[in-house]
Amino acid sequence: MARIAVIDYGAGNVASVLRALRHLGADAEAATSPVALRSADAIVFPGQGHFGQAARRLLATGMWGAVDAACAEGRPFLGICLGLQLLAEGSDEAPGVKGLGRLRGHSVAFCPPVKVPQIGWNAVHAARRGTLLDAVPAGSHFYFVHSYHCVLQDERDVAGTAEHGLQFVAAVERDRLCAVQFHPEKSGAVGLALLRAWLALHGMARETC
Amino acid sequence: MLTHRVIPCLDIEAGRVVKGVRFQGLRDAGDPLELAARYDAEGADELALLDVRAADQGRGILLDLVAQVAAQVFIPFSVGGGLRGIDDVRAVLLAGADKASIGSAAARDPDLVARCANHFGRQCIVVSLDVKRAADGRFELTTHGGRVHTGLDAVAFARMVADLGAGELLLNDMDADGTQAGFGVDLLQAVSRAVPIPVIASGGAGRVDDFVRAVRDGGAAAVLAASVFHSGALRIADVKAAMAAAGLPVRPTGGS
Repeated sequence: MARIAVIDYGAGNVASVLRALRHLGADAEAATSPVALRSADAIVFPGQGHFGQAARRLLATGMWGAVDAACAEGRPFLGICLGLQLLAEGSDEAPGVKGLGRLRGHSVAFCPPVKVPQIGWNAVHAARRGTLLDAVPAGSHFYFVHSYHCVLQDERDVAGTAEHGLQFVAAVERDRLCAVQFHPEKSGAVGLALLRAWLALHGMARETC
Repeated sequence: MLTHRVIPCLDIEAGRVVKGVRFQGLRDAGDPLELAARYDAEGADELALLDVRAADQGRGILLDLVAQVAAQVFIPFSVGGGLRGIDDVRAVLLAGADKASIGSAAARDPDLVARCANHFGRQCIVVSLDVKRAADGRFELTTHGGRVHTGLDAVAFARMVADLGAGELLLNDMDADGTQAGFGVDLLQAVSRAVPIPVIASGGAGRVDDFVRAVRDGGAAAVLAASVFHSGALRIADVKAAMAAAGLPVRPTGGS
Protein backbone atom coordinates (compact mmCIF):
# COMPACT_ATOMS: atom_id res chain seq x y z
CA MET A 1 0.00 0.00 0.00
CA ALA A 2 1.14 3.54 -0.73
CA ARG A 3 2.81 5.19 2.24
CA ILE A 4 1.72 8.67 3.23
CA ALA A 5 3.95 10.91 5.32
CA VAL A 6 2.17 13.50 7.45
CA ILE A 7 4.61 16.28 8.21
CA ASP A 8 5.05 16.72 11.96
CA TYR A 9 7.01 19.87 12.76
CA GLY A 10 6.05 20.03 16.41
CA ALA A 11 2.88 22.04 16.09
CA GLY A 12 -0.48 21.61 14.48
CA ASN A 13 -3.14 19.06 14.03
CA VAL A 14 -1.00 16.13 12.98
CA ALA A 15 -2.80 13.60 15.19
CA SER A 16 -6.25 14.53 13.86
CA VAL A 17 -5.07 14.21 10.27
CA LEU A 18 -3.47 10.82 11.00
CA ARG A 19 -6.67 9.60 12.66
CA ALA A 20 -8.80 10.66 9.70
CA LEU A 21 -6.48 9.10 7.09
CA ARG A 22 -6.19 5.84 9.03
CA HIS A 23 -9.95 5.80 9.55
CA LEU A 24 -10.16 5.75 5.74
CA GLY A 25 -7.77 2.82 5.59
CA ALA A 26 -4.68 4.72 4.45
CA ASP A 27 -1.15 3.86 5.57
CA ALA A 28 -0.18 7.18 7.15
CA GLU A 29 2.69 7.96 9.49
CA ALA A 30 3.95 11.13 11.10
CA ALA A 31 7.24 12.31 9.56
CA THR A 32 9.76 14.32 11.55
CA SER A 33 12.77 14.06 9.25
CA PRO A 34 13.66 14.60 5.59
CA VAL A 35 14.46 10.89 5.30
CA ALA A 36 10.90 9.95 6.17
CA LEU A 37 9.59 12.40 3.58
CA ARG A 38 11.89 11.21 0.81
CA SER A 39 10.76 7.62 1.14
CA ALA A 40 7.03 8.43 1.21
CA ASP A 41 4.75 7.98 -1.79
CA ALA A 42 2.65 10.99 -0.85
CA ILE A 43 2.89 13.89 1.57
CA VAL A 44 0.28 15.60 3.69
CA PHE A 45 1.22 18.94 5.16
CA PRO A 46 -1.19 19.80 7.96
CA GLY A 47 -0.59 23.24 9.22
CA GLN A 48 -1.68 25.20 12.20
CA GLY A 49 -0.15 28.13 13.98
CA HIS A 50 2.23 30.80 12.80
CA PHE A 51 3.60 31.06 9.22
CA GLY A 52 7.06 32.17 10.33
CA GLN A 53 7.44 29.57 13.07
CA ALA A 54 6.33 26.77 10.76
CA ALA A 55 8.76 27.85 8.05
CA ARG A 56 11.61 28.07 10.56
CA ARG A 57 10.87 24.66 12.03
CA LEU A 58 10.71 23.04 8.61
CA LEU A 59 14.07 24.58 7.76
CA ALA A 60 15.58 23.57 11.11
CA THR A 61 14.50 19.93 10.70
CA GLY A 62 15.75 19.80 7.13
CA MET A 63 12.24 18.94 5.92
CA TRP A 64 11.88 22.14 3.89
CA GLY A 65 14.10 20.87 1.09
CA ALA A 66 12.44 17.45 1.10
CA VAL A 67 8.98 19.03 0.79
CA ASP A 68 10.17 21.24 -2.03
CA ALA A 69 11.73 18.28 -3.82
CA ALA A 70 8.55 16.20 -3.44
CA CYS A 71 6.50 19.02 -4.99
CA ALA A 72 9.02 19.41 -7.82
CA GLU A 73 8.90 15.67 -8.54
CA GLY A 74 5.11 15.81 -8.70
CA ARG A 75 4.56 13.41 -5.85
CA PRO A 76 0.96 13.60 -4.54
CA PHE A 77 0.80 16.42 -2.03
CA LEU A 78 -2.02 17.70 0.17
CA GLY A 79 -1.63 20.92 2.12
CA ILE A 80 -4.07 21.78 4.90
CA CYS A 81 -4.69 25.27 6.34
CA LEU A 82 -1.23 26.76 6.94
CA GLY A 83 -0.05 23.98 4.63
CA LEU A 84 -1.82 25.82 1.81
CA GLN A 85 -0.38 29.20 2.74
CA LEU A 86 3.18 27.89 2.97
CA LEU A 87 2.98 26.70 -0.66
CA ALA A 88 2.78 30.34 -1.76
CA GLU A 89 5.51 32.97 -1.68
CA GLY A 90 4.93 34.66 1.67
CA SER A 91 2.50 36.02 4.25
CA ASP A 92 1.81 39.27 6.02
CA GLU A 93 1.91 37.17 9.18
CA ALA A 94 5.68 36.88 8.85
CA PRO A 95 7.07 39.64 6.61
CA GLY A 96 10.35 38.65 5.00
CA VAL A 97 9.88 34.93 5.58
CA LYS A 98 9.73 33.04 2.31
CA GLY A 99 7.17 30.35 1.55
CA LEU A 100 7.87 27.39 -0.72
CA GLY A 101 6.89 29.47 -3.73
CA ARG A 102 5.17 26.56 -5.46
CA LEU A 103 2.16 28.85 -5.99
CA ARG A 104 2.38 32.50 -6.97
CA GLY A 105 0.64 34.38 -4.21
CA HIS A 106 0.76 35.87 -0.76
CA SER A 107 -1.35 35.56 2.41
CA VAL A 108 -3.09 38.55 3.96
CA ALA A 109 -5.24 38.97 7.08
CA PHE A 110 -9.02 39.14 7.14
CA CYS A 111 -10.27 42.57 8.14
CA PRO A 112 -13.04 43.62 10.54
CA PRO A 113 -16.01 43.95 10.74
CA VAL A 114 -15.95 40.17 10.21
CA LYS A 115 -14.70 38.25 13.22
CA VAL A 116 -11.03 37.25 13.07
CA PRO A 117 -9.99 34.47 13.33
CA GLN A 118 -12.65 32.95 11.12
CA ILE A 119 -13.73 29.96 13.19
CA GLY A 120 -16.50 27.68 11.99
CA TRP A 121 -18.19 26.05 9.03
CA ASN A 122 -18.30 27.89 5.73
CA ALA A 123 -19.76 26.92 2.36
CA VAL A 124 -17.15 26.13 -0.29
CA HIS A 125 -17.98 26.70 -3.94
CA ALA A 126 -16.08 24.87 -6.65
CA ALA A 127 -14.31 27.18 -9.08
CA ARG A 128 -14.32 24.54 -11.80
CA ARG A 129 -15.04 20.88 -12.50
CA GLY A 130 -12.51 18.12 -12.23
CA THR A 131 -11.25 18.83 -8.71
CA LEU A 132 -11.55 17.02 -5.37
CA LEU A 133 -14.63 19.11 -4.64
CA ASP A 134 -16.50 17.00 -7.21
CA ALA A 135 -16.63 14.37 -4.45
CA VAL A 136 -18.98 16.43 -2.26
CA PRO A 137 -22.31 18.18 -2.88
CA ALA A 138 -22.06 21.72 -4.30
CA GLY A 139 -21.73 24.35 -1.58
CA SER A 140 -20.75 21.84 1.12
CA HIS A 141 -19.69 23.30 4.45
CA PHE A 142 -16.18 22.73 5.76
CA TYR A 143 -14.60 23.71 9.06
CA PHE A 144 -12.21 26.68 8.94
CA VAL A 145 -9.90 28.17 11.57
CA HIS A 146 -7.63 30.93 10.29
CA SER A 147 -6.83 34.63 10.41
CA TYR A 148 -4.99 34.83 7.07
CA HIS A 149 -6.01 33.76 3.59
CA CYS A 150 -3.97 33.29 0.46
CA VAL A 151 -4.37 35.63 -2.52
CA LEU A 152 -3.20 33.81 -5.65
CA GLN A 153 -1.88 35.41 -8.83
CA ASP A 154 -2.98 32.64 -11.16
CA GLU A 155 -6.75 32.05 -11.18
CA ARG A 156 -6.16 28.63 -12.70
CA ASP A 157 -4.71 27.42 -9.37
CA VAL A 158 -8.01 28.09 -7.58
CA ALA A 159 -10.22 25.01 -7.10
CA GLY A 160 -12.74 26.48 -4.67
CA THR A 161 -13.67 29.66 -2.85
CA ALA A 162 -15.65 30.73 0.21
CA GLU A 163 -16.75 34.06 1.62
CA HIS A 164 -15.87 35.82 4.86
CA GLY A 165 -16.29 39.54 4.31
CA LEU A 166 -14.75 38.91 0.89
CA GLN A 167 -14.31 35.96 -1.41
CA PHE A 168 -11.18 34.02 -0.53
CA VAL A 169 -9.34 30.93 -1.77
CA ALA A 170 -10.57 27.80 0.01
CA ALA A 171 -9.03 25.11 -2.21
CA VAL A 172 -6.13 24.94 -4.64
CA GLU A 173 -5.24 22.35 -7.26
CA ARG A 174 -2.47 22.29 -9.79
CA ASP A 175 -1.37 19.01 -11.28
CA ARG A 176 -0.69 16.74 -8.30
CA LEU A 177 -0.53 19.58 -5.83
CA CYS A 178 -3.70 19.95 -3.75
CA ALA A 179 -4.28 22.23 -0.80
CA VAL A 180 -7.26 23.34 1.25
CA GLN A 181 -7.63 26.25 3.65
CA PHE A 182 -10.20 24.33 5.72
CA HIS A 183 -9.70 21.25 7.89
CA PRO A 184 -11.08 18.17 6.11
CA GLU A 185 -10.08 16.07 9.12
CA LYS A 186 -12.54 18.08 11.22
CA SER A 187 -15.28 18.59 8.65
CA GLY A 188 -17.35 15.50 9.42
CA ALA A 189 -18.67 13.36 6.56
CA VAL A 190 -17.87 15.84 3.76
CA GLY A 191 -14.32 16.24 5.04
CA LEU A 192 -13.79 12.48 5.06
CA ALA A 193 -15.34 12.27 1.56
CA LEU A 194 -12.82 14.82 0.30
CA LEU A 195 -9.89 12.98 1.88
CA ARG A 196 -11.20 9.71 0.44
CA ALA A 197 -11.34 11.33 -3.01
CA TRP A 198 -7.74 12.48 -2.65
CA LEU A 199 -6.66 8.96 -1.67
CA ALA A 200 -8.62 7.47 -4.57
CA LEU A 201 -7.20 9.98 -7.05
CA HIS A 202 -3.74 8.66 -6.33
CA GLY A 203 -4.71 5.01 -5.93
CA MET A 204 -4.11 5.09 -2.19
CA ALA A 205 -7.59 4.12 -1.04
CA ARG A 206 -8.34 0.80 0.56
CA GLU A 207 -10.32 -1.50 -1.76
CA THR A 208 -13.33 -1.49 0.55
CA CYS A 209 -13.60 2.30 0.66
CA MET B 1 -20.68 32.60 4.24
CA LEU B 2 -19.57 31.64 7.73
CA THR B 3 -22.39 29.86 9.55
CA HIS B 4 -23.33 30.15 13.20
CA ARG B 5 -22.25 27.13 15.18
CA VAL B 6 -24.56 25.16 17.46
CA ILE B 7 -22.48 23.48 20.17
CA PRO B 8 -23.81 20.90 22.63
CA CYS B 9 -21.83 20.93 25.86
CA LEU B 10 -21.08 17.72 27.72
CA ASP B 11 -20.55 18.42 31.41
CA ILE B 12 -18.37 15.54 32.56
CA GLU B 13 -18.06 14.12 36.05
CA ALA B 14 -16.23 10.87 36.73
CA GLY B 15 -16.50 9.86 33.08
CA ARG B 16 -20.26 10.51 32.79
CA VAL B 17 -22.25 13.41 31.39
CA VAL B 18 -24.14 15.24 34.12
CA LYS B 19 -26.54 18.14 34.14
CA GLY B 20 -27.63 20.59 36.79
CA VAL B 21 -28.91 24.09 37.39
CA ARG B 22 -26.25 26.70 38.08
CA PHE B 23 -23.71 23.94 38.58
CA GLN B 24 -25.73 22.58 41.50
CA GLY B 25 -27.64 19.31 41.87
CA LEU B 26 -25.81 17.40 39.16
CA ARG B 27 -27.66 14.42 37.72
CA ASP B 28 -26.53 11.73 35.31
CA ALA B 29 -27.36 12.49 31.68
CA GLY B 30 -25.60 9.70 29.85
CA ASP B 31 -22.46 8.25 28.34
CA PRO B 32 -20.17 10.90 26.83
CA LEU B 33 -19.11 8.83 23.83
CA GLU B 34 -22.68 7.92 22.94
CA LEU B 35 -23.81 11.52 23.30
CA ALA B 36 -20.85 12.83 21.28
CA ALA B 37 -21.61 10.43 18.43
CA ARG B 38 -25.33 11.22 18.61
CA TYR B 39 -24.80 14.98 18.44
CA ASP B 40 -22.32 14.58 15.59
CA ALA B 41 -24.90 12.54 13.66
CA GLU B 42 -27.61 15.09 14.46
CA GLY B 43 -25.61 17.94 12.94
CA ALA B 44 -23.77 19.54 15.86
CA ASP B 45 -21.07 21.86 14.50
CA GLU B 46 -18.71 21.34 17.40
CA LEU B 47 -18.69 19.76 20.85
CA ALA B 48 -17.58 21.14 24.18
CA LEU B 49 -16.39 18.86 26.98
CA LEU B 50 -16.36 20.44 30.39
CA ASP B 51 -14.85 18.75 33.42
CA VAL B 52 -17.16 20.09 36.11
CA ARG B 53 -15.33 18.64 39.10
CA ALA B 54 -11.81 19.06 37.79
CA ALA B 55 -10.39 20.17 41.11
CA ASP B 56 -11.70 17.17 43.01
CA GLN B 57 -10.44 14.30 40.91
CA GLY B 58 -7.57 13.12 38.80
CA ARG B 59 -7.18 14.31 35.26
CA GLY B 60 -6.65 10.83 33.86
CA ILE B 61 -10.28 9.92 33.34
CA LEU B 62 -10.87 13.04 31.28
CA LEU B 63 -7.78 12.56 29.11
CA ASP B 64 -8.82 8.99 28.29
CA LEU B 65 -12.24 10.26 27.37
CA VAL B 66 -10.79 13.02 25.18
CA ALA B 67 -8.77 10.42 23.29
CA GLN B 68 -11.85 8.24 22.81
CA VAL B 69 -13.95 11.13 21.53
CA ALA B 70 -11.16 12.20 19.16
CA ALA B 71 -10.97 8.68 17.75
CA GLN B 72 -14.68 8.55 16.95
CA VAL B 73 -15.82 12.04 16.12
CA PHE B 74 -14.48 13.99 13.14
CA ILE B 75 -15.78 17.40 14.12
CA PRO B 76 -13.95 19.91 16.32
CA PHE B 77 -14.26 19.83 20.07
CA SER B 78 -12.97 21.86 22.98
CA VAL B 79 -12.04 20.67 26.45
CA GLY B 80 -12.20 22.80 29.55
CA GLY B 81 -12.61 22.76 33.29
CA GLY B 82 -9.83 23.31 35.76
CA LEU B 83 -6.99 23.70 33.24
CA ARG B 84 -4.37 25.43 35.38
CA GLY B 85 -1.44 26.08 33.11
CA ILE B 86 0.39 25.40 29.91
CA ASP B 87 1.02 21.74 30.82
CA ASP B 88 -2.70 21.06 31.32
CA VAL B 89 -3.44 22.73 27.98
CA ARG B 90 -0.78 20.68 26.25
CA ALA B 91 -2.17 17.48 27.80
CA VAL B 92 -5.71 17.97 26.49
CA LEU B 93 -4.49 19.02 23.04
CA LEU B 94 -2.16 16.01 22.84
CA ALA B 95 -5.03 13.76 23.91
CA GLY B 96 -6.89 14.96 20.82
CA ALA B 97 -8.85 18.09 21.72
CA ASP B 98 -8.86 20.80 19.05
CA LYS B 99 -9.16 23.60 21.56
CA ALA B 100 -8.51 24.13 25.24
CA SER B 101 -10.79 26.33 27.31
CA ILE B 102 -9.20 28.22 30.16
CA GLY B 103 -11.28 30.05 32.76
CA SER B 104 -10.28 30.58 36.36
CA ALA B 105 -6.58 30.26 35.52
CA ALA B 106 -6.88 33.06 32.96
CA ALA B 107 -8.69 35.28 35.46
CA ARG B 108 -5.88 34.72 37.94
CA ASP B 109 -3.09 35.08 35.41
CA PRO B 110 -4.19 36.69 32.10
CA ASP B 111 -0.67 36.31 30.74
CA LEU B 112 -1.31 32.57 30.59
CA VAL B 113 -3.49 33.33 27.55
CA ALA B 114 -0.54 34.91 25.76
CA ARG B 115 1.79 32.07 26.68
CA CYS B 116 -0.68 29.43 25.48
CA ALA B 117 -1.43 31.34 22.26
CA ASN B 118 2.28 31.69 21.49
CA HIS B 119 2.88 28.06 22.20
CA PHE B 120 -0.07 26.37 20.52
CA GLY B 121 -1.51 29.08 18.26
CA ARG B 122 -4.43 31.30 19.15
CA GLN B 123 -6.86 29.14 17.17
CA CYS B 124 -6.90 26.51 19.91
CA ILE B 125 -7.17 28.82 22.92
CA VAL B 126 -10.68 29.57 24.15
CA VAL B 127 -11.04 31.83 27.16
CA SER B 128 -14.10 31.00 29.22
CA LEU B 129 -15.68 33.88 31.14
CA ASP B 130 -18.19 33.26 33.95
CA VAL B 131 -20.07 36.52 34.29
CA LYS B 132 -22.63 37.84 36.79
CA ARG B 133 -24.43 41.14 36.96
CA ALA B 134 -23.22 43.22 39.92
CA ALA B 135 -25.54 45.39 42.03
CA ASP B 136 -24.30 48.51 40.21
CA GLY B 137 -25.29 47.00 36.85
CA ARG B 138 -21.76 46.20 35.73
CA PHE B 139 -20.85 42.80 34.37
CA GLU B 140 -18.50 41.18 36.85
CA LEU B 141 -16.09 38.36 36.11
CA THR B 142 -16.47 35.44 38.51
CA THR B 143 -14.59 32.14 38.80
CA HIS B 144 -15.13 28.64 40.17
CA GLY B 145 -18.59 28.27 38.70
CA GLY B 146 -19.70 31.72 39.82
CA ARG B 147 -18.81 31.24 43.49
CA VAL B 148 -15.79 33.55 43.56
CA HIS B 149 -16.17 37.23 42.64
CA THR B 150 -13.09 38.85 41.12
CA GLY B 151 -14.26 42.47 41.10
CA LEU B 152 -13.03 42.65 37.47
CA ASP B 153 -15.14 44.23 34.76
CA ALA B 154 -16.00 41.38 32.39
CA VAL B 155 -16.06 43.52 29.24
CA ALA B 156 -12.63 45.02 29.96
CA PHE B 157 -11.31 41.56 30.78
CA ALA B 158 -12.71 40.19 27.51
CA ARG B 159 -10.95 42.94 25.56
CA MET B 160 -7.70 42.24 27.38
CA VAL B 161 -7.64 38.48 26.76
CA ALA B 162 -8.59 39.05 23.11
CA ASP B 163 -5.54 41.33 22.81
CA LEU B 164 -3.39 38.77 24.61
CA GLY B 165 -4.21 36.11 22.04
CA ALA B 166 -7.48 34.32 22.82
CA GLY B 167 -8.89 32.74 19.65
CA GLU B 168 -12.46 32.98 20.87
CA LEU B 169 -14.45 33.64 24.01
CA LEU B 170 -16.91 31.34 25.71
CA LEU B 171 -19.26 33.69 27.52
CA ASN B 172 -21.12 32.02 30.36
CA ASP B 173 -24.02 34.06 31.70
CA MET B 174 -24.04 32.73 35.27
CA ASP B 175 -27.29 34.52 36.12
CA ALA B 176 -29.02 32.71 33.30
CA ASP B 177 -27.17 29.37 33.48
CA GLY B 178 -29.49 26.42 33.80
CA THR B 179 -32.61 28.58 34.09
CA GLN B 180 -33.71 28.05 30.48
CA ALA B 181 -34.89 31.67 30.55
CA GLY B 182 -32.75 32.75 27.58
CA PHE B 183 -29.18 33.91 26.98
CA GLY B 184 -28.48 37.37 28.40
CA VAL B 185 -28.57 39.48 25.25
CA ASP B 186 -27.31 42.59 27.10
CA LEU B 187 -24.13 40.81 28.16
CA LEU B 188 -23.60 39.23 24.73
CA GLN B 189 -23.94 42.60 23.02
CA ALA B 190 -21.54 44.30 25.36
CA VAL B 191 -18.83 41.67 24.90
CA SER B 192 -19.23 40.85 21.20
CA ARG B 193 -19.05 44.55 20.31
CA ALA B 194 -15.92 44.97 22.42
CA VAL B 195 -13.80 42.22 20.83
CA PRO B 196 -12.81 41.33 17.25
CA ILE B 197 -12.81 37.58 17.96
CA PRO B 198 -15.83 35.20 17.93
CA VAL B 199 -18.00 35.00 21.04
CA ILE B 200 -19.83 31.80 22.00
CA ALA B 201 -23.05 32.34 23.98
CA SER B 202 -23.56 29.98 26.90
CA GLY B 203 -26.08 29.76 29.72
CA GLY B 204 -29.84 29.97 29.76
CA ALA B 205 -30.95 28.36 26.52
CA GLY B 206 -34.51 27.11 26.81
CA ARG B 207 -36.40 27.65 23.58
CA VAL B 208 -35.29 27.91 19.95
CA ASP B 209 -35.98 31.65 20.01
CA ASP B 210 -33.30 32.06 22.67
CA PHE B 211 -30.67 30.83 20.19
CA VAL B 212 -31.97 33.16 17.48
CA ARG B 213 -31.86 36.17 19.81
CA ALA B 214 -28.34 35.36 21.05
CA VAL B 215 -27.04 35.53 17.49
CA ARG B 216 -29.29 38.13 15.88
CA ASP B 217 -29.57 40.54 18.83
CA GLY B 218 -26.58 39.57 20.96
CA GLY B 219 -24.02 39.26 18.15
CA ALA B 220 -22.90 35.77 19.17
CA ALA B 221 -20.90 33.84 16.57
CA ALA B 222 -21.95 30.52 18.10
CA VAL B 223 -24.37 29.18 20.71
CA LEU B 224 -23.72 26.51 23.30
CA ALA B 225 -26.21 24.59 25.42
CA ALA B 226 -26.32 21.45 27.54
CA SER B 227 -29.51 20.45 29.34
CA VAL B 228 -31.99 21.30 26.58
CA PHE B 229 -30.16 18.93 24.27
CA HIS B 230 -29.48 16.14 26.80
CA SER B 231 -33.10 16.08 27.96
CA GLY B 232 -34.34 15.91 24.39
CA ALA B 233 -36.38 19.09 24.86
CA LEU B 234 -34.68 20.50 21.77
CA ARG B 235 -32.84 18.86 18.92
CA ILE B 236 -29.94 20.44 17.02
CA ALA B 237 -32.15 20.43 13.91
CA ASP B 238 -34.88 22.43 15.72
CA VAL B 239 -32.40 25.12 16.68
CA LYS B 240 -30.90 25.32 13.20
CA ALA B 241 -34.33 25.42 11.54
CA ALA B 242 -35.33 28.37 13.72
CA MET B 243 -32.07 30.17 13.00
CA ALA B 244 -32.39 29.56 9.26
CA ALA B 245 -36.01 30.79 9.35
CA ALA B 246 -34.74 33.99 10.98
CA GLY B 247 -32.29 34.46 8.09
CA LEU B 248 -29.19 33.39 10.03
CA PRO B 249 -26.71 31.19 8.10
CA VAL B 250 -26.36 27.68 9.52
CA ARG B 251 -24.79 24.46 8.29
CA PRO B 252 -27.59 22.12 7.18
CA THR B 253 -28.09 19.18 9.54
CA GLY B 254 -28.24 16.83 6.55
CA GLY B 255 -24.44 16.70 6.65
CA SER B 256 -23.21 18.90 3.80
